[in-house]
Amino acid sequence: MSSAEHKLAIEMKNISKSFGHAVANNKVNLDVRYGEILSLLGENGSGKTTLMNMLSGIYFPDGGQILIKGQEVTIRSPHDALELGIGMVHQHFKLVDVFTAAENVVLGLKDKHSMKQVEERIASICDKYGFEVDPKKKVYNMSVAEKQTLEIVKVLYRGADILILDEPTAVLTPQETEKLFHVMNNMKADGKAIIIITHKLNEVLSVSDRVAILRKGESVGTVETKDATESSLTELMVGKKVELNIERPLVKDRQLRLSVEHLSVDNEYGAKVLKDVSFEAYSGEILGIAGISGCGQKELLEAVAGLQSTAAGSSIRYTAPGAEPEELLEKNARQIRECGVALSFVPEDRLGMGLVGSMGMTENMLLRSYSEGKSPFLSMKEPKHLAKKIKKELEVVTTGINTPVRKLSGGNVQKVLVGREIANAPSVLMTAYAVRGLDINTSYTIYRLLNEQKKKGVAVIYVGEDLDVLLALSDRILVLCEGQVNGILDAKTTTKEEVGLLMTNLKSEGGTSHA
Amino acid sequence: MATLIGWIVRAVVFGSVVMYGAMGEILTEKAGHLNLGTPGIMCTGGAFGFAAAYAYENAVDNPNFLVCILVAVGTAFLAGALAGLIYCFLTATLLVNQNVVGLTLTIFGVGVGKFFGTYVIPEGAVSTKAVFANKVFIAKIPGLSGLGIVGELLFSYGFMIYLAIVLAIVVHLFLSRTRVGLNLRAVGENPATADAAGINVTKYKYCAIMIGSGITGLGGVLYVLDYGNGTWATASGDAIEALAWLSVALVIFVRWNTLRAIWGSYLFGLCYWAYNYVPTLIGVNVSTELAQMLPYIVTIVILILGCTHMKQENQGPAYLGQSYFREDR
Amino acid sequence: MHKEPLIRVAKRDGMPLYQNILIRAVAIVLAMLLVVLFVHFTAGISAGTTISYMWEGVFGNSIYLRDTVFYTAKLLCIAVALAPAFKMRFWNCGAEGQVLAGGLATAVVMVYCGNLPAPLLYLVMFISALALAAIWGILPAVFKAKMGVNETLFTLMMNYVAIKLVDFFYNKWKGSASSLGKLNKGTKAGYLPDLFGSENSWLLLAVVILTIAVYFYLSKTKHGYEIAVVGESQRTAEYAGINVKTVTIRTMMISGIICGICGFMTVAGHDHSISSSTTAGGYGFTAIIVAWLAKFNTGFMVLISLFVIFLERGTSHIADKCSGFDASASKIVIGLVLFFVIGSEFFINYKINLRSKHDKEVA
Repeated sequence: MSSAEHKLAIEMKNISKSFGHAVANNKVNLDVRYGEILSLLGENGSGKTTLMNMLSGIYFPDGGQILIKGQEVTIRSPHDALELGIGMVHQHFKLVDVFTAAENVVLGLKDKHSMKQVEERIASICDKYGFEVDPKKKVYNMSVAEKQTLEIVKVLYRGADILILDEPTAVLTPQETEKLFHVMNNMKADGKAIIIITHKLNEVLSVSDRVAILRKGESVGTVETKDATESSLTELMVGKKVELNIERPLVKDRQLRLSVEHLSVDNEYGAKVLKDVSFEAYSGEILGIAGISGCGQKELLEAVAGLQSTAAGSSIRYTAPGAEPEELLEKNARQIRECGVALSFVPEDRLGMGLVGSMGMTENMLLRSYSEGKSPFLSMKEPKHLAKKIKKELEVVTTGINTPVRKLSGGNVQKVLVGREIANAPSVLMTAYAVRGLDINTSYTIYRLLNEQKKKGVAVIYVGEDLDVLLALSDRILVLCEGQVNGILDAKTTTKEEVGLLMTNLKSEGGTSHA
Repeated sequence: MATLIGWIVRAVVFGSVVMYGAMGEILTEKAGHLNLGTPGIMCTGGAFGFAAAYAYENAVDNPNFLVCILVAVGTAFLAGALAGLIYCFLTATLLVNQNVVGLTLTIFGVGVGKFFGTYVIPEGAVSTKAVFANKVFIAKIPGLSGLGIVGELLFSYGFMIYLAIVLAIVVHLFLSRTRVGLNLRAVGENPATADAAGINVTKYKYCAIMIGSGITGLGGVLYVLDYGNGTWATASGDAIEALAWLSVALVIFVRWNTLRAIWGSYLFGLCYWAYNYVPTLIGVNVSTELAQMLPYIVTIVILILGCTHMKQENQGPAYLGQSYFREDR
Repeated sequence: MHKEPLIRVAKRDGMPLYQNILIRAVAIVLAMLLVVLFVHFTAGISAGTTISYMWEGVFGNSIYLRDTVFYTAKLLCIAVALAPAFKMRFWNCGAEGQVLAGGLATAVVMVYCGNLPAPLLYLVMFISALALAAIWGILPAVFKAKMGVNETLFTLMMNYVAIKLVDFFYNKWKGSASSLGKLNKGTKAGYLPDLFGSENSWLLLAVVILTIAVYFYLSKTKHGYEIAVVGESQRTAEYAGINVKTVTIRTMMISGIICGICGFMTVAGHDHSISSSTTAGGYGFTAIIVAWLAKFNTGFMVLISLFVIFLERGTSHIADKCSGFDASASKIVIGLVLFFVIGSEFFINYKINLRSKHDKEVA
C-alpha cells in the first residue's frame, strides 16, 4: 500500500538543538504518517536520538515547530508527549527494576483500574499484536528482549499511536529481531505511526516504508524504501561514496604471543559467560572477534587483561618475543604489565574505564604507568611530552592537553585512548569496539593505526560489530556464540553469511573448528 | 511486674517519637532523597509546636482540649514542612548535594528550635512548662486504661501514640497499594523512568518531602508535650537532635517499611530505657550508655546484612541520594 | 495550547573564574543582609552594630583572637581530614565520631597511665588517639570495600557509637559530681607543654603542616592520583591496576588519623577534658560542608573555615552583648549563610534561560 494515502502524524519543521557549543540538530525536518514505518537513519552522533527525545519530551528544542495531526504543539515533558499519543522506547530501558511488569505499565497513569484489570488489558494487547509478557514478573528477572517487549506494551497501554523505537535491535538476537519486526508490522497494520532509529541498512530495507536520513545533525532527505538500495542509503548517510576498502597488509613473521586454553568465566549468578574458550593470537596478524553483543567479548578481553576472575582450569599464557611462556592468570592487572608483558587494552567503555573524564590528556597518559618507579611522587614530564605527541600525530582536537577529556568529542577521546595504549609499545594490543560512535574518517584513522601495529609485529585482537569491517581488516575471525568459540575462520576466504550463521547458531559440543 | 510495664510504657512513648521521625524519613527517602536534616526538622517542629500550645493556653482563660491539639500538632506539622521546603528547594530544584544540605539543615533547624524556644522561657529560668497541653497530650483513654495490666499496656497512652500507629499503617498502605504510592516509589527508584512515564517528579518530591518533614515535626511536639512532660528547656533542642538520629537509623533497621517501624521503634525504646528498669527487673546492672549504643550497632549490622542477604526490594530506593536532572546525558 | 516553559535550566560547560567568585560573593552578601535583618529584629541592634560586634568577638582582643585561631584550626583540621575521602567520593560523615575516638583514647591514657614519664605518656596518648580514630575510619571503609555497604549511613552510625562511648567514660569519671571538669587536675599529667608561649600552638602547627601536606598528597603523589581515579570510576581504577579496596581503606585510615590528631590536640592541648558535646562540638558535621564547598582544595578550606568560625564566634559575641539574644543564634546564622553559599552552586553548574522574546512571537 502506498503510504501517501495516510494522514500525517508528525511534522517537525526546522528543529534545532544545541548542547553547550555542540550542535546536535540544525534545522531538521521530518514527517511521519499513520500506518507507516519510518526509519530514521544516520551514523552514530548524527543527532537521531536527540531529535526523537524532543518528540518524547526529554529535551526541549531551541528552535523550530512540531505539528502533531496538523496542530502545532509544545512538548515540555514526557507527560505532554504521552497526551499527544507519542510513546518512545529508549535505548536504555526506562523501567523500575523492583516493580513487576504490570506495575511498570501503569506507572504514572491516572486510571482507576485494579491490578487485575490492568493485567487483563495487558493480556489483550499482547494477544492483539503477538507479544508475550508475564505481568507478574519482576523486571530484574527479565531478559533484555522481555524488557524491550514490556517497554512497547507500556506505550501501547497508554494509547500511543505514534511509536518511537531507539535502536531496538542493537540488543536482540536475529530471532528476537525478526519477532520484533513481525510485531511492528502488526502495529503498522493497526494504523500506528512507527519511527525506528537504526544504523543497520539491512533492517532499514526490510522493515520500513520510508527512510529519513540525518547527517551531522542535519536532514539530508527522505526516500521511499522501495527506491533505495544499501549503497544509495550509505551515500546519503555519509555524504560521499566511501571506499569500503580497508588495507590488509600481509602477515609477516607470525609467532605465537597469546595462548588461551579452556577459559571459562562465571557471572555473579553462577552462569557461564565464557565456556571453555581456546584460541591463539600471533604477532603480525589481526585476530577479529565477532559475535552478537554481550556474548562474552568483554569478559574475554578483561580476563586476558587481568580484570576478570576466571573459573578453575582456565589458562592464558603469554609468550614474549624470544622468551618462555608465562601464565597470566596468576597475576593481577598491574603485575601483568610489570613483569614485562606489554599488553595494551582499549576497552569498550572509554570514559567509564579507559580514561578519567575529569582529567586532562596529560594526567590520562599516566593512568596505566603512574606506578612505575620507586618515588612516591608523580612524574609529569614524560606524560606531558606524550600528550603533546599524541595530540599532534593523531590530530586530537582539544583546547589544550589539560582540558578534561570529557569535553572532547567521541572520536578524539578514542584517539587519546588508542594513542596511549599504542605508545606503550605493546606486543599484544586488544581493542573492543574501537570505532563505535566514530565518524568514517576517525574510523579509518583507527584502522590505519591498527595496521601499523600489525606491521610492527604486534598481535592485534579486534572485537568489532560491523561484519564488513571485520572481514576486511582481520586475518582470522574468531566467532563467539553464547560464550563459546563457534569457529575460527580465515577472513580472506570466508563470507559474511558464514560468519553471521556462526554468530547465531551454536554448533554442538566439541564441534569447534580451528583454522 | 510494675517495673516491666513501666519500662514498656516508657519505651513505647520514646519509640513513638522516633517512629514519627522515621516515617517522615521513609516518605522522603522513597522520593530518592536522603534527608540528614531530620534532627533539625524535628527540633523546629517541637519548638514551634510547644510555643504555639504554650501561647494558646496562656492567651485564653479556658483552653479547649481539641483546639490545643490542633494548635500544637498543626504548628509542629507546618514548621516541619517549612523546614522540609528549604531542604527540598535546595536539593530538588537547585540540585545541590543532599548530604550537605541535610547537615546544614540540621545545624539551622536545631538553632531555630533552640533560639525561638528560649523566647518562651522566662528570663532567668532554664525551662518552662505548658501545663494544659501536657495534660491533653498524656490523657489516657478513659475507662479502658483502667483495665489492669492490659489497660496500662495498651490504653494508657496519649493520642499521638495511637496516631503514630495509624499513620504507620496508612503510609504503608499508601506506598504499597495505591497508584500514587507506586508513582512515588518509582521516583525514588528511577526518576528518569518516572519522568518518562509522565510523572511530575518535582511535584512528587516536594509533596513527599514536605509531608514527610511535617510528620517528622510531629515527633518533636510529641517529645516536648508528652515524653518531656510538657516542658521546654534550653537543652531540649540538643536532646531532640540526638534522638532524631535514631529515626534515621530506624529507617535502615526496618528496611524502609513503616509497619516494621512500629515494633522497631518500640524495640529502640526498650534498648534506650533498659538501664533504668533492667537492674530492678533482673538484678543485673546495665550501663546507660552502652544500652543506648545498641540501636546504632544493630543498625550497622542490618546495614551490612542488607548488602549481602536481602532481596533487592528490601534495600533502599535505588536512586537514594542522587539529584535528578532531566537533560543529563 | 502549550507554551514554552517560562524558565528552562541547562547545564553549563564551565565558567570564568571571576564569574564564579562573583556568584559566591553575591550569595554571601545576600545571606549577610538576611543575617543583619535577623539580628536587627531579634536583638534590636543596627546593621553597623551587628557587624562591629561580630568583628569584636572574633578579632577584638588577644583572648578572642586566640579562640578564633584555635577553633578555625580545629574546623580546618577536620575538613582537611575529610578531603582525601571526599576526593575518593567516599562520604565520610563520621568525622565527629573519629575526632571523639581520638579524644577518648587520649583521655583514657591520661587517666589510666598518668604516672608514665612525660615523653612516653605523650607518645602513648598520641599513638592510641591515632589508632582508635583510624579504626573508626577503617571500619566503614572495610565494609564498603569488601561488601559495598553504604558509607554515609555507616559512618553516621559510628558517630553515635563514639558519642555513647564517650558518655560512658564521662559519667564513669565524673561519678556523682555535676560535671567532669578537668582530667588529672592535680598532676596535669598529659597536658601539652606550651609551644611558642601557648598550648594552642600545637594544633595550629599541626594544621599548617597537614593542610600543606594533604594538598601535596592529593595533587602530587601516586597515592593522590589513585584517589582521584577511584573517585572518578571504580572500573577505570581496576583497569589502571589500582587495588580499589586497598586505596579505599588506606584513604579512610588517613582521614581517621587526621581526625584523631584533632581529637588528641583538643583533649591534651586545649580542653584537658572530654565530653560528647564539646570535644568535637559538631565540627565534624560542619567540616563536611566546608570540605565539600572547597572541592577538595585545602587552600579554600582555610578561607571557608575562617568564615564559618567568624559567623559562629561573632554571633556568640552578639549574644554576650545583648540579653535575650540566645547564643544558639550562631547556628541559625551559619545555617542561613551556608544555605545561600551551597545554593549558589546551582548557578555555577547550571544556567537559566528565560523564555526568549523570539519564541513569544512564534507562540
